[in-house]
Amino acid sequence: MTGVLPVTLEESTKTVQALLHSGKEYVCVMKLHSDASEKRVNEVLKEFEDTIYQRPPLRASVKRQLRTRKIYYIDFLEKEERNVLFQVGCEGGTYIRKLCYDVGEVLGCGAHMQELRRTRAGPFVENSETFVTLHDVAYWFIEWQQHKDESTLRKFIQPMETALTLVPKVYIRDSAVDAICHGANLTAPGVLSLETGINNGALVAVLTLKGEAIALAKTFASTEEILNMEHGVVAKTERVLLPRGTYPRVWKSGEK
Amino acid sequence: MPKSLAPWEIERKLMVKTEDKTNVRYGHKPEERPAEEYMRYGVINLDKPAGPTSHEVAAWVKRILNLKQVGHGGTLEA
Repeated sequence: MTGVLPVTLEESTKTVQALLHSGKEYVCVMKLHSDASEKRVNEVLKEFEDTIYQRPPLRASVKRQLRTRKIYYIDFLEKEERNVLFQVGCEGGTYIRKLCYDVGEVLGCGAHMQELRRTRAGPFVENSETFVTLHDVAYWFIEWQQHKDESTLRKFIQPMETALTLVPKVYIRDSAVDAICHGANLTAPGVLSLETGINNGALVAVLTLKGEAIALAKTFASTEEILNMEHGVVAKTERVLLPRGTYPRVWKSGEK
Repeated sequence: MPKSLAPWEIERKLMVKTEDKTNVRYGHKPEERPAEEYMRYGVINLDKPAGPTSHEVAAWVKRILNLKQVGHGGTLEA
């Protein structure tokens, strides 16, 4: 299988959690085991839109327990004899091989996955300037080592904040940053601005006004509630991304 | 039940609670990090070739760039 595979370097590996929750998009060739009309295939694919149930396949890296996955959209693209091309936007952890098998069962003729290409992993898409091959990586890295021109690095490496593009954001004061870097929870006075659509219990990215990622956190309140809060804990720090001491320490340590 | 939107279909607006400034003496804008740091805090939007597994591809990137650790966002089976 080919396509979009975000590779996180050293420290940015901590953002993988956010990427796994950001959804995927694939283009897939499904092979039917006997003839079915284009209209019928189209109808059956549409039946798989919304929530589906899947049991992970025998060869899977997770527990084989029936679980639900969201199919955001599934669009029929083309059919040539028994080959069906379709595009699907789905939640991370959806098995497309399994989806093809199940589509085949509903059609009654049987089907299997023939070819798969990932066209999107969260914020990362193909058809973008940042999309590079292993050859590009090797080439630009040697180029960088020889000339030390920093613009070369930017041709094939994106800042880790790119991986957090689809995670709702909370911007905080400089004075609140270092406490978060030490693992403290985010409190209301530190919050400067935040994005709409945050629910209680949501994963958010906590950022400085410069746009640097400080941490991933789980909220205790919604956007509206946080906007009206004057004190109290707003989010629990889950994963610290910024090193301690980047911003000055202005908080007092608690009494023991 | 309303159709659920893909994460990339959701539009969000920024709501301001209070205004403040950031001190230029601390930290960096992500795109202005010094080179070594920029790499260690970087992500590659890689086109995975057919054949090797996601793990193998990540391991190649690690070797090419001479890094200690790399990860990948979601296995794309071989």
